[in-house]
Amino acid sequence: MENKIDFTVLDQAISEFGTEKKALIAILQRAQEVYRYLPAEIFPYIAEKLDIPEAGIYGVATFYENFSLEKKGKYVIKICDGTACHVRKSTAILDAMRKELGLSESKKTTDDFIFTVETVSCLGACSSAPAIMVNDEIYPTMTPDSAVELLKSIKEKENV
Amino acid sequence: MFKNVAELRDYRNLVKAALAKEKLRIVVCGGAGCVSKGANKVYEKFLSIMKEKNIEFSVVLEKENAKDVRLKKSGCHGFCEMGPLVRIEPTDWLYVKVKEEDCEEIVEKTVLKGECVERLCYTENGKTYVEQKQVPFYKLQTKLSLFNCDKIDATNIDEYLANDGYTALEKAPFEMNSEDIVNEISESGLRGRGGGGFPAGRKWSQVARQKNFPKYVVCNGDEGDPGAFMDRSVMEDDPHRMLEGMIVAGIATGASEGYIYVRAEYPVAVAKLKNAIKQATEYGLLGENILGSNFSFTIKISRGAGAFVCGEGSALTASIEGKRGMPRVKPPRTVEHGLFDKPTVLNNVETFANVPLIIVNGASWYKNYGTEKSSGTKAFALTGNVKNTGLIEVPMGTTLREIIFDIGGGMRDGKKFKAVQIGGPSGGCLTEEHLDLPLDFDSLKKVGAIIGSGGLVVMDESTCMVEVARFFMNFTQNESCGKCVPCREGTKRMLEILERIVEGKGQDGDIELLEELGEMISAMALCGLGKTAAGPVLSTIKYFRNEYEAHIYEKRCPAGECQKLKTITIDKDLCKGCSKCARLCPVGAINGKIKEPFEIDQSKCIKCGSCLSACPFKAIKEN
Repeated sequence: MENKIDFTVLDQAISEFGTEKKALIAILQRAQEVYRYLPAEIFPYIAEKLDIPEAGIYGVATFYENFSLEKKGKYVIKICDGTACHVRKSTAILDAMRKELGLSESKKTTDDFIFTVETVSCLGACSSAPAIMVNDEIYPTMTPDSAVELLKSIKEKENV
Repeated sequence: MFKNVAELRDYRNLVKAALAKEKLRIVVCGGAGCVSKGANKVYEKFLSIMKEKNIEFSVVLEKENAKDVRLKKSGCHGFCEMGPLVRIEPTDWLYVKVKEEDCEEIVEKTVLKGECVERLCYTENGKTYVEQKQVPFYKLQTKLSLFNCDKIDATNIDEYLANDGYTALEKAPFEMNSEDIVNEISESGLRGRGGGGFPAGRKWSQVARQKNFPKYVVCNGDEGDPGAFMDRSVMEDDPHRMLEGMIVAGIATGASEGYIYVRAEYPVAVAKLKNAIKQATEYGLLGENILGSNFSFTIKISRGAGAFVCGEGSALTASIEGKRGMPRVKPPRTVEHGLFDKPTVLNNVETFANVPLIIVNGASWYKNYGTEKSSGTKAFALTGNVKNTGLIEVPMGTTLREIIFDIGGGMRDGKKFKAVQIGGPSGGCLTEEHLDLPLDFDSLKKVGAIIGSGGLVVMDESTCMVEVARFFMNFTQNESCGKCVPCREGTKRMLEILERIVEGKGQDGDIELLEELGEMISAMALCGLGKTAAGPVLSTIKYFRNEYEAHIYEKRCPAGECQKLKTITIDKDLCKGCSKCARLCPVGAINGKIKEPFEIDQSKCIKCGSCLSACPFKAIKEN
C-alpha cells in the first residue's frame, strides 16, 4: 500500500534552503533522507516551487548515486569496494550478505523493506578495511561471518 | 566576538595559559579508524572510572579553573592499524590496541602514580617503544598539514587558538596586501595537493587579476579516490585550519564568499565543519569586517550526492549550482569563469591547510621541506597489504621504500611486495624497480603515475594485476558522466576487454587494443577523469605485460586470484565418494561411482565453486 506523501517535509526544506536553483540538491537530499527515496509525486511539486522543469530535476536525481527513485530499506548497508577493501577481499562479504538476505545485483532491497544492500566506491575507512556502513555507522575489518552475524542481530532487533 | 587583533591576542594568551595548566592529558584517538574499533567505549570507560575514583579532571579546555588532569578526544593519530590509540601528554607515551579492560590500569598507574603501562606500548621485532615519537611509524614522518589532527579537540575553537590557530589572520589582512600574500604563496612553491600539482600561487594571482565581482573561494572536499582519506582527516580533525586557509585565499584574491564541497560519504566532516564555521563566525573570524579590517568573508557548505566526477573543477562548481555535475569544455578556466560563472579559486583541503603555515612562518621556512620543485610535505593514506596501515605525512621526495618498509613496517603476513597503486583510479602502479624513486610531482609523472590525492594501496604477490586494472576500469566506467564520447564509450570497451581477459576469454591482440584505446581516451577525453582513466591499465600493461599474456595465451592467472581461471580438482585420497558435489554441480561436470573417488570434467566445469564449500571432507581443492 502506498503511503500518502507528506509535503510539509519539502516545505520545510524549501524554506530552509531557499528557492534558488542551487538549493535543488540540498532539497532532494532532505527528501531522500526522510522518504528514503524520491517519490514521483515530489517532482512536479519541487518543479513549481523552484521554477525548474520536471525533467531537469529528474536529470539531477538520476545523475547522483545517492538519490534513488525506488524505495530503500530501513537499513541501507553499503559494502565498501574501494581499492583497500577490494584487495582485502570485500567481494566475499558482499556475496555472503546477499546470500543471507536473498538479494542480488539486480535485487537490492528485501521485500519487507528492512534491508538494502549495495556497494560504495570508498567510505574513506581504508585503514579499517574491509569496512561496511550501515546507515551512517561504519563497521570495520569485517569478514563474511561477522557480516552475517550483524544481519542476524539486526533481524532480531526488528523481529523478522 | 573579537573587534581587533589585540582582543584576539589577549584571548589566545588566556586559552594558552589554561592549556599550560593541564599537567596530564589522556588523549583518546577519535579518528574514524579508532572509533570503528571501539575508541568511544574506551573514552566512556575512562570517564566513568575517573568519576568513580573521585579524580578531579576536565573534558574540555577550561578557561578558568583548569584541572591537572584532562581527558580528551582528539582527531586521527594516523596509526589506524593499532587502534584504539591512547596517548599520554606531555610524556608522549603511546598505548596501542587499548580495550575497555585496560582503562582501570591506565588510570591507576599513569594518572595516579605517573607510571607507564608498558604492556600496552607498541612493540616491533621484540623492541618496546614507550614514546610515540620513537615508534618507527611516527619517527620518519613530518606533520605539517596534519600537525594538529592528533592533538586538538576539533569541536572546540579554543583548542585551535591555544595551538596558535588563526595567527595568519593577525597578519594577512593588516600587514600584507593581496600581492604580498600571492607572492608569499608563489614563493613557497606550494602546489595543489588534489592531484594535478598546479602551483597554488599562480592560480591565486590569476584570480586576483580578474575585475569581475563577486569572486569565490571553493574548497574541494570531494575526496573520491578509493583508498584516500587524508582530506577527511583534516576536515574532521582540524577544520579551522582549512577555514583559515580559505579566508587567506579570500583576502589574496578579493573574494567575499567561500564554499566547501564535501562528499556525501563524509557526514561527520559536514557536522564538524558546520560547527567550526559557527564558532569562527561567533568569534568574528568570519563575517563582516573580520577583526576590524575592511575584509568580509563567509563560508557555506555544499554536500555532494555521490558522483566521483564532481572532484573535477567544473563538475564540482556545477554541482554547487544545483545541476548535474558534468565537466565543461575549457577554456575558459575556473579562475575566470568558475562558480556561478565568476572568478573562482578552487583548491583542495590539504592545499588550504598548508596556507596558514606559510603565511605565519614564511615561504623560505616552507621550502625547507620537500624537494626543489615540490616543496612541503604530502599526506598519504597507506593501505592494502602492508603491516601498518594508516594516515601518514612525509616530506615530498621521500622514497616508496621508506614509506612502505620503514613507516609501513613492510608486507603483511610475510608475503612479497609486488606493486603499489598510487593516485587511485587516475594513477598508475609502481613496482619494485621504483622503490627508491623520490615521491614528488615530477618524478612520478616521468614513470607514468601521479601523486593524485595521495592514496597508496600496497599489493602483494597474491594480487592479480589484470584484476586490479579491471577493478579500476570498472570504477571509472561507472563514474564516467557520459558527456564525452571517448570516455563514455572508450572506458566501456576497455572494461569489456578486461572482463573477458580475467574470465579466460582473452584473445590475441587484446593487449594492443587496450593500449590503443587507452592512448586514444587519454588524448581526447574532456576532463581529468577521462584523461587519466586508462592510467592503471596502461601502467599495469607496461610493468606486468607477462601477466596479461599468461591470462590470454595460457588461460592462467599467475597470482591465482582470477576465479574463472582456477582449476578445481578432487583429492582422491580424501574423497569418500558421497556424491554430494555431483548432485550440486549445476553443469553436471562431476561424475563417479558411490564410495569411490569422484572426478571433475575440466571441459565442463564453470568454476562456480559450489562443490568447494559443500564437500563435507574438504576433498575439493582449487589452485
